[in-house]
Amino acid sequence: MSGVRVLVGTRKGAFLLTSDGKREKWDVSGPHFAGWEIYHLKGSPADPNRLFASQCSGWFGQVIQRSDDGGKTWTQPGTPPGEPTTGPGGMPQGESNKFVYDTSADTGKPLTTHQFYDGSQHPWEFKRVWHLEPSHGDPNTVYAGVEDAALFRSTDGGKSWHELSGLRGHGTGPKWQPGAGGMCLHTIAIDPANPNRIYIAISAAGAFRTDDGGKTWKPINKGLYSKYLPDPTAEVGHCVHHVAFHPSRPNTLFMQKHWDVMRSDDAGDTWHEVSGNLPTDFGFVIDVHAHEPETVYVVPIKSDGEHFPLDGKLSVYRSRKGGNEWEALTKGLPQRDCYVNVLRDAMAVDSLDKCGVYFGTTGGQVYASADAGDSWSPIVRDLPAVLSVEVQTLP
Amino acid sequence: MIRVELPPHLRTLAHVGKEVQVEVVGPVTQRSVLDAIEARYPMLQGTIRDHVTQVRRPFLRFFVCGEDWSHESPDAPMPEAIVSGSQPVLIVGAIAGG
Repeated sequence: MSGVRVLVGTRKGAFLLTSDGKREKWDVSGPHFAGWEIYHLKGSPADPNRLFASQCSGWFGQVIQRSDDGGKTWTQPGTPPGEPTTGPGGMPQGESNKFVYDTSADTGKPLTTHQFYDGSQHPWEFKRVWHLEPSHGDPNTVYAGVEDAALFRSTDGGKSWHELSGLRGHGTGPKWQPGAGGMCLHTIAIDPANPNRIYIAISAAGAFRTDDGGKTWKPINKGLYSKYLPDPTAEVGHCVHHVAFHPSRPNTLFMQKHWDVMRSDDAGDTWHEVSGNLPTDFGFVIDVHAHEPETVYVVPIKSDGEHFPLDGKLSVYRSRKGGNEWEALTKGLPQRDCYVNVLRDAMAVDSLDKCGVYFGTTGGQVYASADAGDSWSPIVRDLPAVLSVEVQTLP
Repeated sequence: MIRVELPPHLRTLAHVGKEVQVEVVGPVTQRSVLDAIEARYPMLQGTIRDHVTQVRRPFLRFFVCGEDWSHESPDAPMPEAIVSGSQPVLIVGAIAGG
Protein backbone atom coordinates (compact mmCIF):
# COMPACT_ATOMS: atom_id res chain seq x y z
CA MET A 1 0.00 0.00 0.00
CA SER A 2 1.28 3.44 -0.79
CA GLY A 3 2.13 5.87 1.95
CA VAL A 4 3.45 9.28 2.74
CA ARG A 5 6.43 10.71 4.57
CA VAL A 6 6.14 14.28 5.81
CA LEU A 7 9.46 16.03 6.36
CA VAL A 8 9.23 18.75 8.98
CA GLY A 9 11.97 21.30 9.69
CA THR A 10 11.70 23.15 13.00
CA ARG A 11 13.62 25.64 15.10
CA LYS A 12 15.04 22.79 17.18
CA GLY A 13 15.41 19.80 14.90
CA ALA A 14 13.83 17.74 12.12
CA PHE A 15 10.90 15.37 12.41
CA LEU A 16 9.69 12.70 9.99
CA LEU A 17 5.99 11.81 10.08
CA THR A 18 4.98 8.65 8.22
CA SER A 19 1.66 7.03 7.47
CA ASP A 20 0.06 4.61 5.08
CA GLY A 21 -2.20 5.78 2.27
CA LYS A 22 -5.14 6.26 4.60
CA ARG A 23 -3.23 9.01 6.40
CA GLU A 24 -5.00 8.36 9.69
CA LYS A 25 -2.31 6.90 11.95
CA TRP A 26 1.11 8.47 12.07
CA ASP A 27 4.55 7.47 13.28
CA VAL A 28 6.73 10.32 14.46
CA SER A 29 10.52 10.12 14.23
CA GLY A 30 12.78 12.76 15.72
CA PRO A 31 14.12 15.10 16.70
CA HIS A 32 16.92 14.60 14.22
CA PHE A 33 19.76 17.12 14.69
CA ALA A 34 18.27 18.04 18.05
CA GLY A 35 18.82 21.63 19.07
CA TRP A 36 19.68 22.88 15.56
CA GLU A 37 17.54 24.97 13.26
CA ILE A 38 16.39 22.89 10.30
CA TYR A 39 15.29 25.40 7.73
CA HIS A 40 14.38 22.80 5.13
CA LEU A 41 14.64 19.17 4.17
CA LYS A 42 13.49 17.55 0.98
CA GLY A 43 13.63 14.19 -0.80
CA SER A 44 15.00 13.51 -4.25
CA PRO A 45 12.27 12.72 -6.81
CA ALA A 46 14.80 10.46 -8.53
CA ASP A 47 15.54 8.46 -5.36
CA PRO A 48 12.98 8.91 -2.59
CA ASN A 49 15.33 7.41 -0.01
CA ARG A 50 17.76 10.25 -0.58
CA LEU A 51 16.94 13.23 1.61
CA PHE A 52 18.84 16.48 1.98
CA ALA A 53 18.63 18.67 5.08
CA SER A 54 19.82 22.18 5.88
CA GLN A 55 21.04 22.28 9.47
CA CYS A 56 22.24 25.54 10.95
CA SER A 57 22.74 27.45 14.17
CA GLY A 58 23.78 30.87 15.29
CA TRP A 59 26.75 29.30 17.04
CA PHE A 60 28.15 26.89 14.49
CA GLY A 61 26.88 28.07 11.11
CA GLN A 62 25.72 25.90 8.24
CA VAL A 63 25.83 22.12 7.89
CA ILE A 64 24.38 20.05 5.07
CA GLN A 65 23.14 16.56 5.93
CA ARG A 66 22.10 13.73 3.63
CA SER A 67 20.27 10.48 4.22
CA ASP A 68 20.32 7.60 1.75
CA ASP A 69 17.86 5.42 3.66
CA GLY A 70 14.79 7.59 3.94
CA GLY A 71 15.87 9.42 7.06
CA LYS A 72 16.93 6.52 9.29
CA THR A 73 20.57 7.57 9.25
CA TRP A 74 22.24 10.81 8.22
CA THR A 75 25.70 11.91 7.26
CA GLN A 76 27.43 15.03 6.06
CA PRO A 77 27.95 14.22 2.40
CA GLY A 78 31.70 14.82 2.41
CA THR A 79 32.46 12.57 5.31
CA PRO A 80 30.43 9.36 5.33
CA PRO A 81 30.88 7.12 8.37
CA GLY A 82 33.65 4.60 8.00
CA GLU A 83 35.48 6.51 5.29
CA PRO A 84 38.74 8.35 5.96
CA THR A 85 38.10 12.00 6.60
CA THR A 86 41.06 13.13 4.57
CA GLY A 87 42.15 12.26 1.05
CA PRO A 88 45.52 10.88 -0.07
CA GLY A 89 47.13 14.32 -0.03
CA GLY A 90 45.94 14.95 3.49
CA MET A 91 43.30 17.39 2.29
CA PRO A 92 39.80 17.21 3.70
CA GLN A 93 37.53 15.18 1.47
CA GLY A 94 34.31 16.99 2.14
CA GLU A 95 33.38 20.59 1.66
CA SER A 96 29.71 20.00 2.17
CA ASN A 97 29.36 22.99 4.49
CA LYS A 98 31.24 25.36 2.26
CA PHE A 99 29.23 28.01 0.42
CA VAL A 100 31.56 30.60 -1.03
CA TYR A 101 30.29 33.33 -3.31
CA ASP A 102 31.91 33.79 -6.69
CA THR A 103 34.00 36.87 -7.25
CA SER A 104 34.42 38.89 -10.41
CA ALA A 105 36.52 36.99 -12.93
CA ASP A 106 38.01 40.30 -14.08
CA THR A 107 38.93 41.93 -10.79
CA GLY A 108 38.79 39.18 -8.18
CA LYS A 109 36.61 41.49 -6.11
CA PRO A 110 33.07 40.79 -4.90
CA LEU A 111 30.68 40.31 -7.80
CA THR A 112 28.19 42.91 -6.62
CA THR A 113 26.71 44.59 -3.57
CA HIS A 114 23.14 44.91 -2.34
CA GLN A 115 21.17 47.64 -0.66
CA PHE A 116 21.33 47.47 3.13
CA TYR A 117 18.71 48.54 5.67
CA ASP A 118 20.22 52.02 5.90
CA GLY A 119 20.25 52.47 2.13
CA SER A 120 24.00 51.95 1.78
CA GLN A 121 25.54 49.30 -0.44
CA HIS A 122 26.64 46.18 1.46
CA PRO A 123 28.72 43.15 0.46
CA TRP A 124 27.16 39.70 0.35
CA GLU A 125 27.72 37.64 3.53
CA PHE A 126 26.70 34.00 3.74
CA LYS A 127 24.27 33.23 6.57
CA ARG A 128 22.43 29.96 5.93
CA VAL A 129 20.64 27.69 3.46
CA TRP A 130 16.90 28.34 3.35
CA HIS A 131 15.81 25.83 0.74
CA LEU A 132 17.19 22.66 -0.86
CA GLU A 133 15.69 21.58 -4.18
CA PRO A 134 16.79 18.20 -5.53
CA SER A 135 16.85 17.68 -9.29
CA HIS A 136 13.94 15.76 -10.78
CA GLY A 137 16.18 13.34 -12.67
CA ASP A 138 19.55 13.08 -10.95
CA PRO A 139 19.82 12.15 -7.26
CA ASN A 140 23.29 13.70 -7.07
CA THR A 141 22.17 17.13 -8.25
CA VAL A 142 20.61 19.49 -5.73
CA TYR A 143 20.16 23.26 -5.61
CA ALA A 144 20.49 25.42 -2.50
CA GLY A 145 18.86 28.80 -1.99
CA VAL A 146 20.83 30.77 0.55
CA GLU A 147 20.91 33.97 2.60
CA ASP A 148 22.40 36.42 1.55
CA ALA A 149 20.46 35.61 -1.57
CA ALA A 150 22.21 33.39 -4.09
CA LEU A 151 21.73 30.04 -5.75
CA PHE A 152 24.23 27.21 -5.36
CA ARG A 153 24.30 23.78 -7.00
CA SER A 154 25.91 20.49 -6.05
CA THR A 155 26.33 17.75 -8.62
CA ASP A 156 28.04 15.29 -6.28
CA GLY A 157 25.30 14.57 -3.79
CA GLY A 158 25.94 17.61 -1.62
CA LYS A 159 29.69 17.16 -1.13
CA SER A 160 30.67 20.41 -2.82
CA TRP A 161 28.73 23.51 -3.82
CA HIS A 162 29.23 26.06 -6.56
CA GLU A 163 27.38 29.29 -7.07
CA LEU A 164 25.30 29.91 -10.19
CA SER A 165 26.52 33.46 -10.13
CA GLY A 166 24.76 34.60 -13.28
CA LEU A 167 21.86 35.32 -10.94
CA ARG A 168 23.69 37.77 -8.68
CA GLY A 169 25.80 39.04 -11.53
CA HIS A 170 23.12 39.97 -14.04
CA GLY A 171 23.02 43.57 -12.89
CA THR A 172 20.14 44.22 -10.52
CA GLY A 173 21.98 43.11 -7.33
CA PRO A 174 22.51 46.66 -6.00
CA LYS A 175 18.72 47.05 -5.85
CA TRP A 176 18.09 43.89 -3.84
CA GLN A 177 17.51 44.41 -0.14
CA PRO A 178 16.87 42.28 2.93
CA GLY A 179 13.37 41.86 4.30
CA ALA A 180 12.72 41.45 8.01
CA GLY A 181 13.82 37.80 7.76
CA GLY A 182 17.02 38.59 5.93
CA MET A 183 17.82 38.66 2.21
CA CYS A 184 17.01 35.08 1.36
CA LEU A 185 16.56 32.99 -1.74
CA HIS A 186 13.69 30.85 -0.50
CA THR A 187 11.92 29.41 -3.55
CA ILE A 188 13.44 27.14 -6.20
CA ALA A 189 11.02 25.58 -8.70
CA ILE A 190 12.40 23.45 -11.52
CA ASP A 191 10.30 22.73 -14.62
CA PRO A 192 9.98 18.93 -14.50
CA ALA A 193 9.87 18.69 -18.31
CA ASN A 194 12.70 21.13 -18.92
CA PRO A 195 15.44 21.17 -16.27
CA ASN A 196 17.02 24.20 -17.94
CA ARG A 197 14.05 26.29 -16.83
CA ILE A 198 14.22 27.21 -13.15
CA TYR A 199 12.26 29.82 -11.22
CA ILE A 200 13.61 31.31 -8.01
CA ALA A 201 12.32 33.97 -5.64
CA ILE A 202 14.08 36.29 -3.24
CA SER A 203 12.91 38.48 -0.36
CA ALA A 204 13.20 41.29 -1.17
CA ALA A 205 14.15 41.29 -4.80
CA GLY A 206 11.42 39.36 -6.58
CA ALA A 207 11.14 36.40 -8.91
CA PHE A 208 13.71 35.41 -11.53
CA ARG A 209 13.88 32.81 -14.29
CA THR A 210 16.62 31.02 -16.15
CA ASP A 211 16.04 29.15 -19.42
CA ASP A 212 19.59 27.87 -19.80
CA GLY A 213 20.14 25.83 -16.65
CA GLY A 214 21.25 28.74 -14.48
CA LYS A 215 23.81 30.52 -16.65
CA THR A 216 21.69 33.59 -17.32
CA TRP A 217 18.73 35.02 -15.42
CA LYS A 218 16.14 37.70 -15.83
CA PRO A 219 13.75 39.34 -13.36
CA ILE A 220 10.11 38.32 -13.93
CA ASN A 221 8.18 40.87 -11.91
CA LYS A 222 6.02 42.75 -14.42
CA GLY A 223 2.59 43.27 -12.94
CA LEU A 224 3.71 43.18 -9.32
CA TYR A 225 2.76 46.28 -7.34
CA SER A 226 4.47 46.94 -4.00
CA LYS A 227 3.32 50.16 -2.42
CA TYR A 228 6.26 50.23 0.02
CA LEU A 229 8.74 50.72 -2.87
CA PRO A 230 9.65 54.19 -4.14
CA ASP A 231 8.64 52.84 -7.55
CA PRO A 232 5.82 50.38 -6.79
CA THR A 233 6.22 48.68 -10.17
CA ALA A 234 10.02 48.48 -10.08
CA GLU A 235 11.79 45.72 -12.00
CA VAL A 236 13.20 44.33 -8.72
CA GLY A 237 12.77 44.97 -4.99
CA HIS A 238 9.48 43.14 -4.44
CA CYS A 239 9.06 40.97 -1.36
CA VAL A 240 7.90 37.73 -2.94
CA HIS A 241 7.06 35.20 -0.23
CA HIS A 242 6.55 32.02 -2.24
CA VAL A 243 5.88 30.73 -5.76
CA ALA A 244 4.29 27.42 -6.79
CA PHE A 245 3.11 25.69 -9.95
CA HIS A 246 1.44 22.45 -10.96
CA PRO A 247 3.95 20.02 -12.54
CA SER A 248 1.77 19.64 -15.64
CA ARG A 249 1.57 23.41 -16.17
CA PRO A 250 4.96 24.89 -15.36
CA ASN A 251 4.13 28.10 -17.21
CA THR A 252 1.26 28.89 -14.85
CA LEU A 253 2.69 30.30 -11.65
CA PHE A 254 0.98 31.27 -8.42
CA MET A 255 2.65 33.72 -6.05
CA GLN A 256 2.01 34.80 -2.49
CA LYS A 257 3.61 38.20 -2.27
CA HIS A 258 4.11 40.25 0.91
CA TRP A 259 0.67 41.58 0.07
CA ASP A 260 -1.30 40.21 -2.93
CA VAL A 261 -1.82 36.76 -4.38
CA MET A 262 -0.67 36.80 -8.00
CA ARG A 263 -0.89 34.59 -11.06
CA SER A 264 1.11 34.34 -14.28
CA ASP A 265 0.20 32.28 -17.34
CA ASP A 266 3.33 33.07 -19.32
CA ALA A 267 6.13 31.67 -17.15
CA GLY A 268 6.33 34.83 -15.10
CA ASP A 269 6.67 37.32 -17.96
CA THR A 270 3.53 39.07 -16.70
CA TRP A 271 1.47 38.76 -13.51
CA HIS A 272 -2.03 39.72 -12.48
CA GLU A 273 -3.64 39.78 -9.07
CA VAL A 274 -6.01 36.97 -8.07
CA SER A 275 -6.57 37.86 -4.40
CA GLY A 276 -10.29 38.26 -5.14
CA ASN A 277 -12.44 37.71 -2.08
CA LEU A 278 -9.67 36.71 0.35
CA PRO A 279 -10.23 38.39 3.74
CA THR A 280 -6.58 39.51 3.66
CA ASP A 281 -4.11 38.90 0.89
CA PHE A 282 -1.07 38.95 3.14
CA GLY A 283 0.47 35.53 3.78
CA PHE A 284 3.47 33.33 3.23
CA VAL A 285 2.54 29.91 1.80
CA ILE A 286 0.92 29.02 -1.49
CA ASP A 287 0.56 25.61 -3.11
CA VAL A 288 -1.31 23.82 -5.88
CA HIS A 289 -3.45 20.67 -5.70
CA ALA A 290 -1.62 17.58 -7.01
CA HIS A 291 -4.29 16.65 -9.55
CA GLU A 292 -6.18 19.88 -10.21
CA PRO A 293 -3.93 22.58 -11.71
CA GLU A 294 -6.50 25.30 -11.03
CA THR A 295 -6.95 24.44 -7.36
CA VAL A 296 -4.76 26.64 -5.18
CA TYR A 297 -4.26 26.95 -1.42
CA VAL A 298 -3.17 29.90 0.74
CA VAL A 299 -3.26 30.69 4.45
CA PRO A 300 -4.25 34.34 4.88
CA ILE A 301 -2.37 36.17 7.63
CA LYS A 302 -3.73 39.38 9.12
CA SER A 303 -1.00 41.81 8.08
CA ASP A 304 2.71 42.42 7.85
CA GLY A 305 2.57 43.91 11.34
CA GLU A 306 0.46 41.11 12.84
CA HIS A 307 1.67 37.72 11.66
CA PHE A 308 -1.29 35.61 12.75
CA PRO A 309 -4.71 34.60 11.39
CA LEU A 310 -7.60 37.05 11.37
CA ASP A 311 -9.65 37.05 14.56
CA GLY A 312 -7.71 34.10 16.00
CA LYS A 313 -9.31 31.71 13.47
CA LEU A 314 -6.90 29.51 11.53
CA SER A 315 -8.20 29.06 8.00
CA VAL A 316 -6.84 27.65 4.78
CA TYR A 317 -8.39 29.25 1.71
CA ARG A 318 -8.88 27.25 -1.48
CA SER A 319 -9.68 28.45 -4.96
CA ARG A 320 -10.85 25.89 -7.48
CA LYS A 321 -10.74 28.46 -10.27
CA GLY A 322 -7.09 29.45 -10.23
CA GLY A 323 -7.70 32.40 -7.93
CA ASN A 324 -10.14 35.27 -7.38
CA GLU A 325 -12.89 33.07 -5.90
CA TRP A 326 -11.77 31.60 -2.59
CA GLU A 327 -13.52 29.46 0.03
CA ALA A 328 -12.50 29.14 3.68
CA LEU A 329 -11.55 25.65 4.86
CA THR A 330 -11.91 25.52 8.63
CA LYS A 331 -13.16 22.07 9.58
CA GLY A 332 -10.79 20.71 12.20
CA LEU A 333 -8.76 23.91 12.48
CA PRO A 334 -8.86 26.07 15.62
CA GLN A 335 -11.48 28.79 15.29
CA ARG A 336 -10.69 30.78 18.40
CA ASP A 337 -7.62 32.06 20.20
CA CYS A 338 -5.21 30.89 17.51
CA TYR A 339 -2.30 33.26 16.90
CA VAL A 340 0.26 31.17 15.06
CA ASN A 341 1.94 31.90 11.74
CA VAL A 342 2.46 29.59 8.76
CA LEU A 343 5.86 30.28 7.20
CA ARG A 344 6.61 30.32 3.50
CA ASP A 345 7.99 26.80 3.06
CA ALA A 346 5.57 25.17 5.50
CA MET A 347 2.90 23.79 3.13
CA ALA A 348 3.03 20.78 0.82
CA VAL A 349 0.74 18.37 -1.02
CA ASP A 350 0.95 14.63 -1.61
CA SER A 351 -0.14 12.98 -4.86
CA LEU A 352 -2.48 10.36 -3.48
CA ASP A 353 -6.13 10.29 -4.41
CA LYS A 354 -7.62 12.33 -2.73
CA CYS A 355 -4.84 14.86 -2.62
CA GLY A 356 -3.36 15.33 0.84
CA VAL A 357 -2.50 18.83 2.03
CA TYR A 358 -0.15 19.56 4.93
CA PHE A 359 1.01 22.66 6.73
CA GLY A 360 2.97 23.50 9.86
CA THR A 361 2.69 26.42 12.25
CA THR A 362 5.00 28.47 14.40
CA GLY A 363 3.08 26.98 17.34
CA GLY A 364 4.45 23.53 16.51
CA GLN A 365 1.34 21.96 15.00
CA VAL A 366 1.42 20.05 11.72
CA TYR A 367 -2.06 19.79 10.24
CA ALA A 368 -3.01 17.27 7.56
CA SER A 369 -6.00 16.95 5.29
CA ALA A 370 -6.56 13.67 3.45
CA ASP A 371 -9.45 15.15 1.47
CA ALA A 372 -7.91 18.06 -0.39
CA GLY A 373 -8.58 20.50 2.42
CA ASP A 374 -12.21 19.75 3.24
CA SER A 375 -11.25 18.63 6.75
CA TRP A 376 -8.13 18.82 8.87
CA SER A 377 -6.58 17.14 11.86
CA PRO A 378 -3.26 17.67 13.63
CA ILE A 379 -0.59 14.99 13.15
CA VAL A 380 1.43 16.54 15.98
CA ARG A 381 0.63 19.48 18.23
CA ASP A 382 3.69 20.38 20.22
CA LEU A 383 6.78 20.47 18.04
CA PRO A 384 9.13 23.45 18.08
CA ALA A 385 8.13 26.24 15.68
CA VAL A 386 7.76 24.72 12.21
CA LEU A 387 9.95 26.27 9.52
CA SER A 388 9.22 23.94 6.61
CA VAL A 389 7.00 21.06 5.54
CA GLU A 390 7.58 18.79 2.56
CA VAL A 391 5.88 15.52 1.73
CA GLN A 392 6.93 12.45 -0.20
CA THR A 393 4.35 10.10 -1.70
CA LEU A 394 5.84 6.63 -1.37
CA PRO A 395 5.04 3.55 -3.48
CA MET B 1 49.43 16.02 21.55
CA ILE B 2 47.26 19.08 21.99
CA ARG B 3 44.03 18.53 23.91
CA VAL B 4 40.91 20.39 22.78
CA GLU B 5 37.53 20.40 24.48
CA LEU B 6 34.61 20.87 22.09
CA PRO B 7 31.09 22.15 22.79
CA PRO B 8 28.38 19.45 22.80
CA HIS B 9 26.90 20.08 19.32
CA LEU B 10 30.31 19.87 17.69
CA ARG B 11 31.00 16.58 19.50
CA THR B 12 27.84 15.22 17.90
CA LEU B 13 28.86 16.45 14.46
CA ALA B 14 32.36 15.00 14.72
CA HIS B 15 31.21 11.77 16.43
CA VAL B 16 33.66 12.30 19.29
CA GLY B 17 33.60 12.70 23.06
CA LYS B 18 34.12 15.80 25.14
CA GLU B 19 37.81 16.08 24.35
CA VAL B 20 39.87 15.37 21.24
CA GLN B 21 43.63 15.27 20.80
CA VAL B 22 45.45 16.50 17.72
CA GLU B 23 49.05 16.67 16.69
CA VAL B 24 50.35 20.11 15.78
CA VAL B 25 53.48 20.53 13.72
CA GLY B 26 55.40 23.72 14.47
CA PRO B 27 54.35 26.51 16.82
CA VAL B 28 51.21 25.82 18.83
CA THR B 29 48.83 28.70 18.15
CA GLN B 30 45.07 29.16 17.79
CA ARG B 31 45.51 28.95 14.04
CA SER B 32 47.64 25.80 14.04
CA VAL B 33 45.39 24.07 16.56
CA LEU B 34 42.25 24.88 14.55
CA ASP B 35 44.00 23.85 11.32
CA ALA B 36 44.77 20.50 12.94
CA ILE B 37 41.23 20.11 14.25
CA GLU B 38 39.71 20.84 10.83
CA ALA B 39 42.16 18.54 9.05
CA ARG B 40 41.33 15.68 11.39
CA TYR B 41 37.61 16.46 11.52
CA PRO B 42 36.67 18.13 8.22
CA MET B 43 33.02 18.12 9.19
CA LEU B 44 33.92 20.89 11.64
CA GLN B 45 35.16 23.22 8.91
CA GLY B 46 33.12 26.38 8.98
CA THR B 47 31.57 25.61 12.36
CA ILE B 48 34.28 27.22 14.53
CA ARG B 49 35.60 29.88 12.16
CA ASP B 50 34.44 31.14 8.79
CA HIS B 51 35.45 29.04 5.79
CA VAL B 52 36.93 31.96 3.92
CA THR B 53 37.90 34.68 6.38
CA GLN B 54 39.02 32.22 9.09
CA VAL B 55 37.43 34.59 11.64
CA ARG B 56 36.05 33.03 14.83
CA ARG B 57 32.29 32.61 14.73
CA PRO B 58 30.81 35.30 16.97
CA PHE B 59 29.07 33.05 19.50
CA LEU B 60 32.15 30.93 20.19
CA ARG B 61 35.00 31.74 22.58
CA PHE B 62 38.44 30.22 23.09
CA PHE B 63 39.76 29.72 26.64
CA VAL B 64 43.39 28.88 27.41
CA CYS B 65 44.64 28.21 30.93
CA GLY B 66 41.73 30.06 32.49
CA GLU B 67 42.01 33.09 30.23
CA ASP B 68 39.82 34.26 27.35
CA TRP B 69 41.97 34.04 24.24
CA SER B 70 39.17 34.90 21.81
CA HIS B 71 40.70 38.24 20.93
CA GLU B 72 44.33 37.14 20.95
CA SER B 73 46.21 37.03 17.68
CA PRO B 74 45.57 33.68 15.98
CA ASP B 75 49.33 33.33 15.66
CA ALA B 76 50.20 34.02 19.32
CA PRO B 77 52.12 31.10 20.86
CA MET B 78 50.10 29.20 23.44
CA PRO B 79 51.41 28.52 26.97
CA GLU B 80 53.54 25.53 27.82
CA ALA B 81 50.65 23.89 29.67
CA ILE B 82 48.82 23.62 26.33
CA VAL B 83 51.89 22.58 24.36
CA SER B 84 52.69 19.84 26.86
CA GLY B 85 49.11 18.62 26.94
CA SER B 86 48.66 19.15 30.68
CA GLN B 87 45.74 21.53 29.98
CA PRO B 88 43.15 21.51 27.17
CA VAL B 89 42.14 24.39 24.89
CA LEU B 90 38.47 25.08 25.56
CA ILE B 91 36.13 25.96 22.68
CA VAL B 92 32.98 27.24 24.34
CA GLY B 93 29.58 28.17 22.92
CA ALA B 94 27.98 31.33 24.25
CA ILE B 95 25.25 30.91 26.83
CA ALA B 96 22.65 32.59 24.63
CA GLY B 97 19.69 31.95 22.40
CA GLY B 98 16.19 30.59 22.78
